[in-house]
Amino acid sequence: MLRVSIIGGSGYVGGELLRLLLAHPGVEVAHVTSERLAGKPVASTHPNLRGHTSLQYVPASKVAPCDVLFLALPHGSAAKRIEEFAALAPKIVDCSADFRLRDTAAYERWYGEEHPNPAWLGRFVYGLPEIYREQIRAASYVSGVGCNATATNLALLPLARAGLIDTDRDVIVEVKVGSSEGGAQSSDASHHPERSGAVRSFATTGHRHTAEVIQETGVERVHLSITGIEMVRGAVATAHAFAKSAITEKDLWRAYRAAYTPEPFVRIVREKQGIYRLPEPKILAGTNYADVGFALDEATGRIVSICAIDNLGKGAAGSAVQCMNLMCGLEETAGLEFWGLHPV
Amino acid sequence: METTCPECEATISLNADTVEGEIVTCPDCGVELEVVSVNPPELALAPEVGEDWGE
Repeated sequence: MLRVSIIGGSGYVGGELLRLLLAHPGVEVAHVTSERLAGKPVASTHPNLRGHTSLQYVPASKVAPCDVLFLALPHGSAAKRIEEFAALAPKIVDCSADFRLRDTAAYERWYGEEHPNPAWLGRFVYGLPEIYREQIRAASYVSGVGCNATATNLALLPLARAGLIDTDRDVIVEVKVGSSEGGAQSSDASHHPERSGAVRSFATTGHRHTAEVIQETGVERVHLSITGIEMVRGAVATAHAFAKSAITEKDLWRAYRAAYTPEPFVRIVREKQGIYRLPEPKILAGTNYADVGFALDEATGRIVSICAIDNLGKGAAGSAVQCMNLMCGLEETAGLEFWGLHPV
Repeated sequence: METTCPECEATISLNADTVEGEIVTCPDCGVELEVVSVNPPELALAPEVGEDWGE
């Protein structure tokens, strides 16, 4: 059994990692940290884990050397302390944005500050197995993915790889997301009477995940807008791109199959009948699936590509565990087999 | 017998006892297909029934 620990376990990504890792057949969770909650049971913040673990939070200073360390810390913390963490484990999966971008100039542009530890940027592999499976297998350090970036990347990858996009025109992506993307920390804006029922356009321009989309799809003229809707978990990206030449839906089927057959966690959802004809995030809650679908307006050449995920699953902790499986030579799907619920 | 969906190009397996006129559903795109020939196997889009899908 691999021994794994989680630095920063009281947040939503930490809790999702813990849920997946406690049930994982190939690992044993050694330590979970929280400075604020040290000494308290982990189930005090993650009540779904009641009866499944007697683990208590410890301060980071008490973490023993282990095989794999997961970092689920606020933005900027992992980069400042990476040497300290690397001394604890030969393999690290960092769920923050600290090591996602390869280019320090892009980091400065999108994060508005100099990278605190640029020497480490090149040591991390971007943790999206659908692009970097072989590199992840060989990696010691893997960066987790952004949730909105993942929904957008998986929507655009088939089109980018098949060269179907008119790169002289802009690609616009609207991402609708659940409130858990905001994290476990409360704010005036997350107060229930203010948030409930809201359709909140919270990042109309300038969203940081745009940098990851440009980096991973190569689509330079891509623009994201993010809207919080009445949902706790889930993200659905609706991307509007224009075809560079006349195409048919069969061309899209070929492009999506070429990109995702036989990916274990990406399903093409584009059905002619039934209720769930295109990707729908609610039936993905708790799963590691990304459902991807499309439509084509043949008259204008507009391609609408849609990807739905659970933002805490495939958009964060699920991908992180998938990466750990690859890094450690385990079955890629281990611990990630939950199929989701219907109705839900 | 194997053939191809005329809508999405998925490979579709037909049972050996399939007869002409039978309606099958494509496992990939969900479209309803009519078996217009069994030797060789060939499928065509079946007439659509009334639509009951909306907001």
